[in-house]
Amino acid sequence: MMATPSNNPPLLEVKNLRVEFPTRRGTLLAVDDVSFDIAPGEVLGVVGESGAGKSLTGNAIIGLLEPPGRIAGGEIRLEGRRIDNLPYEEMRKVRGARIGAIFQDPLTSLNPLYSVGRQLIETIQTHLRLSAAAARTRALDLLKEVGIPGAETRIDHYPHQFSGGMRQRVVIALALCAGPRLIVADEPTTALDVSIQAQIIALLKRLCREHGTAVMLVTHDMGVIAETADRVAVMYAGRIAEIGPVRDVVKHAKHPYTKGLMGSIPSLGVRTERLTQIDGAMPRLTEIPDGCAFNPRCTERGARCLVERPNLMAAGTSRAACWLHDRGGVGTPIAKETVDA
Amino acid sequence: MPDGAGTAFVRIAGLKRYFDVSAPWLVRTIEGRPRQIVQAVDGIDIEIAKGETFSLVGESGCGKSTVARLVVGLYPPTAGSIEFDGNDMAARHSRADMAALRRRMQMIFQDPFASLNPRWRVFDIIAEPIRAFGLSKDKADLEKRVGDLLRQVRLAPVDGRKFPHEFSGGQRQRISIARALASQPEFLVCDEPTSALDVSVQAQILNLMVDLQRRFGLTYLFISHNLAVVYHISTRVGVMYLGRLVEVAPTETLFTRPKHPYTRMLLDTIPDLDMTGRQRTPVAGEVPSPINPPSGCTFHPRCPFANDRCKAERPAPLAIEGGTVTCHAIEEGRLPIEDRVYVANS
Repeated sequence: MMATPSNNPPLLEVKNLRVEFPTRRGTLLAVDDVSFDIAPGEVLGVVGESGAGKSLTGNAIIGLLEPPGRIAGGEIRLEGRRIDNLPYEEMRKVRGARIGAIFQDPLTSLNPLYSVGRQLIETIQTHLRLSAAAARTRALDLLKEVGIPGAETRIDHYPHQFSGGMRQRVVIALALCAGPRLIVADEPTTALDVSIQAQIIALLKRLCREHGTAVMLVTHDMGVIAETADRVAVMYAGRIAEIGPVRDVVKHAKHPYTKGLMGSIPSLGVRTERLTQIDGAMPRLTEIPDGCAFNPRCTERGARCLVERPNLMAAGTSRAACWLHDRGGVGTPIAKETVDA
Repeated sequence: MPDGAGTAFVRIAGLKRYFDVSAPWLVRTIEGRPRQIVQAVDGIDIEIAKGETFSLVGESGCGKSTVARLVVGLYPPTAGSIEFDGNDMAARHSRADMAALRRRMQMIFQDPFASLNPRWRVFDIIAEPIRAFGLSKDKADLEKRVGDLLRQVRLAPVDGRKFPHEFSGGQRQRISIARALASQPEFLVCDEPTSALDVSVQAQILNLMVDLQRRFGLTYLFISHNLAVVYHISTRVGVMYLGRLVEVAPTETLFTRPKHPYTRMLLDTIPDLDMTGRQRTPVAGEVPSPINPPSGCTFHPRCPFANDRCKAERPAPLAIEGGTVTCHAIEEGRLPIEDRVYVANS
């Protein structure tokens, strides 16, 4: 079940991806040199705080970057085929057929004026050559598969007649219409209550296992990642700070940012007086410091961190973008500034 | 202690709040539709001792935010009473007395983007409660107070000249806290103060709240849907379901010996970092509509231990292990109470 990326050819390859936004005051680099791959059937979690570039990375893959955002460099390959430079119409065929997308708010992903059945059938017929009757049968099967009770009557209902959790199931059914190889799920459980969240996660995991679909799970919720993902990429200020097997990243974080992030999550069972906190906030895109972007908040920084930007390097079973794991080290230690404002 | 009479700082008794969500009268008459009433809060008793943090948890729509708004007086209650330091808030008070009571309780809202006026400078936002209650003698005193407040929430006095949009979410929440502290309150009602924030920022705000509580002896009513946050910050916890309290217990007891089936279900569903690889048991069903809540115990349609009595009869709160639980199965001893073991995060 655990996918090992080394012996399977990757399903999705992202190489040196850069996403930029031209503004009046110059170009902002929102995703900077991000590389990773996803094996068939694997769940890759992408975590980070808001503004870290995780959703932009997901949107770049499904070809839905909001202008003026654009891919400025690097390449994205799906099953060996380059998809980042496809013309719009070509990309439309890939999206939906080969890549499915699930977004945070199920209400905005569904058209309120059409019954869910009609939306499912339309999607199925766009991507598969099926008669109306066959498409309806498939739509019904999909609704049953995502666990909607009474699918036979529910298929003719409109989105407002469903609860939040049920709507998200419909959105998942929509993403599955054409049997995609990859699903990009952007905060699929954030808008839902915890008990519903558990149901949706279990559903995603089961579908992934049964269909061999790979999932790129973008979320800010480390708990969801810990339960669902095989590997996890931690993003900070547009770059990957650390990537590795989920257990290693959660339990034995290698990057000081990941360590701080894990410590700041209140956990059941251990009650501490104070949570570990990372002082300060993630820099704005206009103010990313030289060297390592995390250096002003880092407790272990050295002279080298101020001038030289680390790339991902091997750190145990994971890879981390931190000079601590380089033979050269961080250089002379420099005390952290007291940043509070 | 929570149960001793006369020691409660805030006492909420039989609190109810119904909202009329019926269609307009004419539509109702023509189409023959009945009135529709949402029982957002349906009979709640809470006693909060001075200096403690009492948390309310529950899923969306369970009425926890309505309780927060009722307590600070943003909604009038349909029934029941709220006593603050021995003063019944519904009783007739003179304007001056009411202002004096109001000054002592403040609220922090969930969304730091919506709760700060974008056209006001931070200085004016924080100075407003001081001005409204006439707490400062002159301009120099006001400036000093606002500067101190900004420093207490780890911002700089010069930040007062800026507008809210110049700050990040976490910084804005600090401004909300500074504003809430401006009238030198004793009781703070915090409605999901960290749920709009990133985890590392959430940790900063929670630590700040704990520091401030220790420094000023504040009492908190903390509303959250995040059980891990509640576990971290609370002295006692109340679990709400469909407008009713199903269980109240000291934090440690609630998390290690949960009694009500709903509490157990909630604890089972939290994704926790320690559970890497462990299968969570998702619970079937969803929260029913509070317009037509189920009969008897409102949790019975989702409860694996429900019987005929649960469907017919509303359970009464039962005092047990330093808390209360509202469940027939526990009362009859049908449902054994078990210890939950957590793996400590190394």
